[in-house]
Amino acid sequence: MRRAELLSRILIIIGIILAVGAPLYFWKSTPIIHAQMADDGGWSPDVIQAEVGKPIRLKFTSDDVVHGFAVGQMDMQSMDILPGKVTDVTLNFDKPGIYTFFCTRWCGLNHWRMRGTIEVSGSPSDPEPISPPLYVSLDLDIDAPHDAPIIPSQTPFAIRGESLATQLPINIYPSPDYYLSHSPYQVFTDLSNTSLSESQRWDVVAYIWQSNTTKESLENGKQLYAQNCAACHGENGAGDGVFADDLAQAGEASMQSMSGAMDMMMQTPVDFTDPTRMLGASPALLQGKILRGGMGTGMPMWGSIFTEEQIWDLIAYLYSFQFEYEK
Amino acid sequence: MAKIELTRNPFIKNAIKSRYPQLAVFIVMLVGYIFAILAGLIGTPVGSHNFSIVFVWIAWWAVLILVAVPFFGRGWCAVCPIPLPGEWLQRGAVLSPPEKRPKWLNLRVPKMFRNIWLQNISFLLLALFSSVLLTTPNITGIVLAVMLFAAIGLSTIFERRAFCRYLCPVGGFIGLYSQTAPIELRIKDKQVCVKCEGKPCYNGSAAGYGCPWDVFPGGLTKNTYCGLCMECIRTCPHDNIAINLRPFSADLAKPSTRMDEAFKAFIMLGSAMIYAGVLLGPWGTLKDAAYGVGTGAWFIYAVVFLAIIFGILPGFFSLGLLKTKSNLPFKQRFASLSTALIPLGLMFWVAFSLSFVLTNASYILAALSDPLGLGWNLFGTANFAWQPMLTTILAPAQTLALVVGLIWSARTAQKSASEAGVSPLPIIFYSFVATSTMLWLLL
Repeated sequence: MRRAELLSRILIIIGIILAVGAPLYFWKSTPIIHAQMADDGGWSPDVIQAEVGKPIRLKFTSDDVVHGFAVGQMDMQSMDILPGKVTDVTLNFDKPGIYTFFCTRWCGLNHWRMRGTIEVSGSPSDPEPISPPLYVSLDLDIDAPHDAPIIPSQTPFAIRGESLATQLPINIYPSPDYYLSHSPYQVFTDLSNTSLSESQRWDVVAYIWQSNTTKESLENGKQLYAQNCAACHGENGAGDGVFADDLAQAGEASMQSMSGAMDMMMQTPVDFTDPTRMLGASPALLQGKILRGGMGTGMPMWGSIFTEEQIWDLIAYLYSFQFEYEK
Repeated sequence: MAKIELTRNPFIKNAIKSRYPQLAVFIVMLVGYIFAILAGLIGTPVGSHNFSIVFVWIAWWAVLILVAVPFFGRGWCAVCPIPLPGEWLQRGAVLSPPEKRPKWLNLRVPKMFRNIWLQNISFLLLALFSSVLLTTPNITGIVLAVMLFAAIGLSTIFERRAFCRYLCPVGGFIGLYSQTAPIELRIKDKQVCVKCEGKPCYNGSAAGYGCPWDVFPGGLTKNTYCGLCMECIRTCPHDNIAINLRPFSADLAKPSTRMDEAFKAFIMLGSAMIYAGVLLGPWGTLKDAAYGVGTGAWFIYAVVFLAIIFGILPGFFSLGLLKTKSNLPFKQRFASLSTALIPLGLMFWVAFSLSFVLTNASYILAALSDPLGLGWNLFGTANFAWQPMLTTILAPAQTLALVVGLIWSARTAQKSASEAGVSPLPIIFYSFVATSTMLWLLL
């Protein structure tokens, strides 16, 4: 074979090897976490390994729409992941454990299912005692019906309740957990031995609920609600979020009827403006529902994402759909 | 205007006769093509950021339809990498012919396929799936790979470039529109060819290969099937072949009489109009139907697509022709006068392409810096924001292209009609209505 022909062939083969090999090499050696809508697979990979004290740099890209990234129970700013673009973040864990990362953008109907875990290994420097959540220690059946049999004829007003409460001869806080473990209706019932009218008793209940939170907590709860809950439950809590119609439609197809305490309609977001439901629910019960999620209903579990403080702030805000607080 | 023989320039002549400059271009193009396949298959699935989508459907298409075809005819075919691996295998060499040729089947393509109907079908197949093809990187990667392997397969079964000549979905319309280009490869003196023994330009010699496009250069009167591979310039022992600069649309003075070419003109005209409606129009339902491959709506879209191309457009054209009186058989009149649709269709495609190329050109810079979507920023342009370019001149440029197309088409109709001995008026009216519709669709 002539030398020129041989050299040309070698050049062509090198070119083809480079054209095939270089993209494959760089592709294999650049681990990227791909975000897709949950229906198409969610996070890939969805389990990441990390070590305590060793910063880990993660690269993300979205394969479809804008997603967001945050790690539950960590003090971090959520980060946007744009389609076709690579965004990176460096995380540092100081405690071992299994952390949940999740999408922070309303990317689609099953946005809530876009979750993954970061398994952080290493020895804990200072083991922390674990105490069960309140709903567990109270042994609440959070799937049991809890409707309030009596509801107020008008929105209970905390300012009116405050002046009435100061005149009452009884202690409205029998114990520190009294507020957390009682529903507004139970407190309303406990006030039945006073001389107050029904409407006045509901006002006192509103005052009790207001005095157990702060404006900062309510503001924080409002933000958490807007970011994480409003897509399904609606901006005003009426269960009419932007995904509600789609969820109802999807529910027709994937309806699951749970035999047991009650039949549950799959995929129907709860209406927080419904007093029968909300005034019969104690903060501890709502904590259970948020922590665990509404099994079989499409409501995700938030226990691995929100801190305890965030959950109480959120619950305080949920009651504001029932009570009128001081502005 | 007289022709100017470019190959008189010794620099151009030597650059063409030597195989090395062409080989260098071939290697770059082949590497780029394979890279585009890989990028389509493993890169980001987001079309607007994937190298294969951005470089094939925006950059390559822009160069092809706005520059290569109008000014260089089959200039793209001269550097296209798709047939190369197959051709090198077929020849057993990448440079001059080897002493011993490999024993492939080397069959002649059956006569029934020696036309551009298969190209018409392959183009229509891609056109019907184009909404998905143009936006989904892995489908683009697969289609590019299928074309490469189809070309290799055909090279081992049939002689010469069977893929380019009879199957390539792009080659058909490049050939049709190359007739309008101001460049040609032609012989200098017919008598030299008549007396030439062995016809090495067609049959090959030690100096080079017989025409890969299965064309006898001595008989070339149109650009349609000359792939500008330059092989005949190397093999001609009499230095009788030249590359000429010539007036635009010179070949259109010799109207075609072939129905496959006539329908190619309708396919291209209709596709440009349908694309303008689907991709640039405000009709969401139409867009959804085009994107919903396999759905009922898509089947309706496909039927309407084909009905416009094979029924409505040729139907109205035929109605116009029936009004004319001529001794020529109807089929011949139909094929001959459809020549007027060649410049019209080309300018439709130019006008349509201007719109989406200028709208999406900014993606090229971002894809260049991060071709595999791995977070690179090779040239500092990875985060270049999407922005439509030259928006102020877009509508005037499109209007100008369409008006030029209409005038060009009318002039061609006049020539074809006088050869056929009929009135050009129905064809001019037809072109006017088509141009008005396209103008409405684009603006």
